[in-house]
Amino acid sequence: MRNSTQKLSYLQAIVEAQREEMRRDERVILMGEDIAVYGAQSLFDEFDHSRLRNVPISENSFTGVGVGAALTGLRPIVDLTIASFVYLASDQIINQAAKLRFMTGGQLKVPIVVRTSTFYNNRTAAQHADRPYPLFMNIPGLKVVAPATASDAKGLLKAAIRDDDPVIMFEDINLWGKKEEVPVDVDFLVPIGKADIKRAGSDATIVSVAGCLLPALAAAELLAREGIDVEVVDLRTIAPMDKETILASVAKTGRLVIADNSHKVGSVASEIAAVVSEEGFESLRKPIQRVATPSVHIPYNQALERQLYPTKERIVAAVRAIL
Amino acid sequence: MSLDRSQQLELYSRMLRIRRFEEAIVAHYPVGHLSIGQEGAIVGACMALRDDDYVTGTHRSHGHPIGKGAAINPLMAEIFGKRTGICKGLGGSMHLTDTSLGLICESAIVGGGFPLATGAGLSIQVRKSDQVSLCFFGDGAANQGTFGESINMAAIWKLPVIYFCENNGYAVTTSVAASHGQPDIARRADGYGIPGVIVDGQDADAVYEVTQAAVDRARAGEGPTLIEAKTYRFDEHSNRLAIPIRYRSDEEIAFHRNERDPITLYRARLVAGGLAAEVEAIEAEVTCIMADAVQFAKDSPEPELSDLTDNMFSNPINFPVTREGIFGDA
Repeated sequence: MRNSTQKLSYLQAIVEAQREEMRRDERVILMGEDIAVYGAQSLFDEFDHSRLRNVPISENSFTGVGVGAALTGLRPIVDLTIASFVYLASDQIINQAAKLRFMTGGQLKVPIVVRTSTFYNNRTAAQHADRPYPLFMNIPGLKVVAPATASDAKGLLKAAIRDDDPVIMFEDINLWGKKEEVPVDVDFLVPIGKADIKRAGSDATIVSVAGCLLPALAAAELLAREGIDVEVVDLRTIAPMDKETILASVAKTGRLVIADNSHKVGSVASEIAAVVSEEGFESLRKPIQRVATPSVHIPYNQALERQLYPTKERIVAAVRAIL
Repeated sequence: MSLDRSQQLELYSRMLRIRRFEEAIVAHYPVGHLSIGQEGAIVGACMALRDDDYVTGTHRSHGHPIGKGAAINPLMAEIFGKRTGICKGLGGSMHLTDTSLGLICESAIVGGGFPLATGAGLSIQVRKSDQVSLCFFGDGAANQGTFGESINMAAIWKLPVIYFCENNGYAVTTSVAASHGQPDIARRADGYGIPGVIVDGQDADAVYEVTQAAVDRARAGEGPTLIEAKTYRFDEHSNRLAIPIRYRSDEEIAFHRNERDPITLYRARLVAGGLAAEVEAIEAEVTCIMADAVQFAKDSPEPELSDLTDNMFSNPINFPVTREGIFGDA
């Protein structure tokens, strides 16, 4: 049992993570818009409905309700559905959840998980397609995770639910249907703050942020056919960042490309580049390359939209530029 | 239901502690937003609560922990920014939060407490506890979106929450008349299908009685109540704030100070009830408590840089972020 797996999609893995943690700990509750219809139907069949709250469309307040419940003995999961809606809730996330422990001199714990999905590459246009991880990595007191595989989604969500601090998990709808073998052990956790080397290599490092893992791995495959051996580091946790793994990889390869689908200015890639410049400069043989989304809004038009995010081709070109 | 004599004396003591606490602040460490004039509303409400009931408050925070019965020394030390403060000098005047008495947030984001108090109500309901949650807010906060969003959720789910408005007439300098479509905030309750009650906030016994009724209703599982206590802020919005315009008349302020002071009114009621000796003993005691607290605060150590990192996370991971320590400079 301990080492067995089951084939689950990324989305199924998220549901299973919630189911296992709700079984394990009765303090865990789930709140969100239309969760009885989308995402958590099977949880309604199993659990007391007092722990499953279909909420009115009041993002800031229902997120704050989750914070208030977290301060008073529960471990809420708040599903904010679409990452562009997080702005509505950002007051409660930033001014309350992230700050209350500090502001009370450590008297309070805030064990809340805010889940949200990046709804990009899906013809949803500029008010649904945001990938706002960098805004939240700039907030002290928050942990920010962005898994790119079903196993990591399950293990990171379970770790987030068990963590005593506020965690935001950015899920990627482009990965919802991707299936893989996922551990069934109820204590399978992916540690927060630990990047994962998804492909070992020695010629260059690609650090992928969130859903950029897939084009990063595809780029590595393509380059491998030419004998270029690329290491792909899946960041997994955006804050706190696993600098050690990144710096160790760059020390080995001397070359760094960062693939990040957030907007390039002030991106996660920018922070990684800054850290490596400060602490790993001697390892670098060529300038760091950021492959990110340009600073324009996401258009409805599909052909235009697809060009904006880091693609396999853009990542390959960035690696070639520093070989 | 009304308070017995010993409870009335406790109510008087807590009101006086708020007044003398803030007078000590003005004298020794002039920061913050004063509750002077609003003590009757605050303490009247708190007297209806148990120690384990939750409270959220506002930037005008001093009265809430004192109203709940908190020890004074850690509150005064917090005002002075000292390490012995209730929040270790990291929160300060707008955030006097004593969690041992159920306070979970004093929010300096106006309206920030509505969701948190509502969430505490949800937690109480899920845990099948018989606690209640009381949300102090001002007239200005009623115009934030969180007011309606949160009360609506409490109404849908019948959460044990009391939304308690300290309507002091002004949001900084903007009057209720100039910022509300109609002057009675409690009437908005009807829009959410819950009871709304207006009470004279300068009559602490009356405040206690309506709050107790709302608390009883909440504990019985009948849901939230919106209470509006009409009160008055004697001083400016903030202790050190220069107000370049006249937004209220001297006559108005003088009327409230002279005729509508909740402490003066309550004292007269107790003395008329034959409690003059007890009242004087309380007054002497409160004077000593404040003198001791100011000395304690002055003598206390400052916080350290390490207190900043030590209070960021319950479960620190890869933190502090850099090997060089908190600043991370080379």
